[in-house]
Amino acid sequence: MTFIPASEKILDIGNPDRELSYSQAIQEAMALAMEADPRVILMGEDIGTYGGAFQVTGDLIHRFGEDRVMDTPISELGGAGVAVGAALTGLRPIFEFQFSDFATLAMEQIVNQAAKLRYMLGGAVSVPLVMRFPAGSGTGAAAQHSQSLEAWLAHVPGLKVVQPATPYDAKGLLLAAIADPDPVMIFEHKLLYKMKGAVPEGHYTVPLDKAEIRRAGRDLTIVATSIMVHRALDAAAALAEEGIEAEVIDLRSLRPIDTATIVQSVKRTHRLLCVYEGVKTLGIGAEVSAAIAESEAFDFLDAPIARLGGAEAPLPYNPELEKASVPQVPDIIVSALALAQGRL
Amino acid sequence: MQDMVEASSASPDIIPDISPGLIGNLPEIYRRLSRPALHEALRKMQLVRRFEENAEQAYMRGLIHGTMHLSIGQEASAIGVCVALTDRDYITSTHRGHGHCIGKGAEIGRMFAEFFGRETGYCRGRGGSMHIADPSKGNLGANGIVGGGIPIAVGAALSAKRLGTGAVSLSFFGDGASNEGAFHEALNMASIWKLPVIFICENNQYGMSTSTERSMAVKNVADRAASYGMPGVIVDGNRFAEVAAASFDAVERARRGDGPTLIECKTYRIRGHSRSDRNRYRTKEEIESWQERDPIKLFQTELRNYGLIEDSEIASIQTSVEEEIKAGLQFASDSPLPSTMDVTRDVYTSV
Ligand SMILES: Cc1ncc(C[n+]2csc(CCOP(=O)(O)OP(=O)(O)O)c2C)c(N)n1
Ligand SMILES: [Mg+2]
Repeated sequence: MTFIPASEKILDIGNPDRELSYSQAIQEAMALAMEADPRVILMGEDIGTYGGAFQVTGDLIHRFGEDRVMDTPISELGGAGVAVGAALTGLRPIFEFQFSDFATLAMEQIVNQAAKLRYMLGGAVSVPLVMRFPAGSGTGAAAQHSQSLEAWLAHVPGLKVVQPATPYDAKGLLLAAIADPDPVMIFEHKLLYKMKGAVPEGHYTVPLDKAEIRRAGRDLTIVATSIMVHRALDAAAALAEEGIEAEVIDLRSLRPIDTATIVQSVKRTHRLLCVYEGVKTLGIGAEVSAAIAESEAFDFLDAPIARLGGAEAPLPYNPELEKASVPQVPDIIVSALALAQGRL
Repeated sequence: MQDMVEASSASPDIIPDISPGLIGNLPEIYRRLSRPALHEALRKMQLVRRFEENAEQAYMRGLIHGTMHLSIGQEASAIGVCVALTDRDYITSTHRGHGHCIGKGAEIGRMFAEFFGRETGYCRGRGGSMHIADPSKGNLGANGIVGGGIPIAVGAALSAKRLGTGAVSLSFFGDGASNEGAFHEALNMASIWKLPVIFICENNQYGMSTSTERSMAVKNVADRAASYGMPGVIVDGNRFAEVAAASFDAVERARRGDGPTLIECKTYRIRGHSRSDRNRYRTKEEIESWQERDPIKLFQTELRNYGLIEDSEIASIQTSVEEEIKAGLQFASDSPLPSTMDVTRDVYTSV
């Protein structure tokens, strides 16, 4: 799948058509940052010789040594806290959770410490910390290894939360996160790690606060996140055959949300469908819907806002149940058709 | 010694290929457990091994979704511990929990059915390999979260004590799990409240790729027991007899109301951590040296040397294991799949 390149300025891009996988793109971003800045270190479980549970750090230990690619013991709370302390005092840690689910063990340090230190100390410090969270379902790993908890962290002022959907963004958002003085949480999708796409060589950044229109359309707006961007694009292609032109927006950043891009789009299309993998209730779709309801786009709506999200249940193991628990392309098509044909 | 004589006289045809000196050294556990109980333990160890080998094959043939963590090489700790328990005692287990499950009396068919995502599986196909539980037998479940089961076992011990059931609770966990805060917090509470709980660390030398030398500042997990004022016992985890003896002692101590014990079983996982492990962090020689200390072979040889089993009995155990596996696989593949209409079933107790 090819994407309209992100609109921001690209520096030293070399061959712009080079393809990398999403995980290679992340690895390249880390390597570039580590070469450029000795303060950048990687921390996480089995990220050294093992190369990371999803092989994202790969061979970086051979390039940068174990002082900079640090295997932590299985100690999420302590490890996250060490990363916070190091960020506070001059290092630039990139902390990998082996699965995003295990961030639940580290919530104290993320939510009470990393997010709040700067504010509580009256602006006297910053916490330039990056955390990476392999998230999402589809691997048959069941309820404790498949969650999409990004909305939890997006609820916390002091954190920035992004979800790259493409290899290009995976690299650019990570480089932007490393350069950012505040804690940035990056939710990666496990099923996207092998996905290939154009990734320029060298250093470039993708802004941490901008959504991206992936497909233009006039009949409805689909706001999607992470892997749902791809499913929405597949659905949009099918809808086009029915004569319905869906605009697909990759939300990309959950905190802050790029309300302006969504509002502009809905003012043109008059219909909104939100698609995300996290549990539907109190999820990112609620926030996007509210942003429209509170904006001037509200008056332009020709139909109620629709949301498609994860089931109100833990993720099951059985593959059919697992698929049924999160939005799939046919679900998006059905909802979009109902919305566009005024059946909602 | 007395029991030994009785056991032999019950089967006069046995010619123990063992020196009289060795019989004098017959480990206490071989007197404590009856001959049928020892055979059943050997059978269970083989059942664990064959269950996992068959699960692995099914996985490679694409019949199983997700991943799995095999305990091949660790059967003596799972079964040696469980022989000291009764059905009303509790266990909490880990991601590497097939042995614990079988040790606590789970049915092979329902375990395979869970792997195959069937409605007849222990979790009705919702949990998979990492979540098999059988509360009817006191198995409170495997766990996808490293260290997640340790405090839960302490809670079960609290219930047992308050409700006066006489049950004990036992938590299996790995060396890596002992680096989680939950381990340290749980041991402390178990000790200050003198709860009937036993902590079983299966130290297989690695937490995924990270060796204990690289992840712990002390040499033994058992050394950590001192900080929580409880005994820390180290046993050869590949020797059924050693594991079982220490487990019986700890269970008795817990039942007497003398509080918790930490037992560290030194063992080794022969397979990779999970299906995606490339074994880059350890050598072939290391794996092979542990393969030579296969717990099943060790136990079998020891039983034979002490005159506690005959070759024909070993053969019939193997046959019964193969039959049970075959029937289990058949049951699983004949079982119905869950309906996608039921995705939100059982999130709460009542709808
Ligand atoms: C809280 C948490 N952190 C990390 C993991 C990923 N993980 C699963 S098993 C494992 C290694 C556990 O090592 P150990 O406790 O020694 O048990 P073993 O796998 O060796 O049996 C890791 C890191 C997890 N499941 N849960
Ligand atoms: Mg281990």
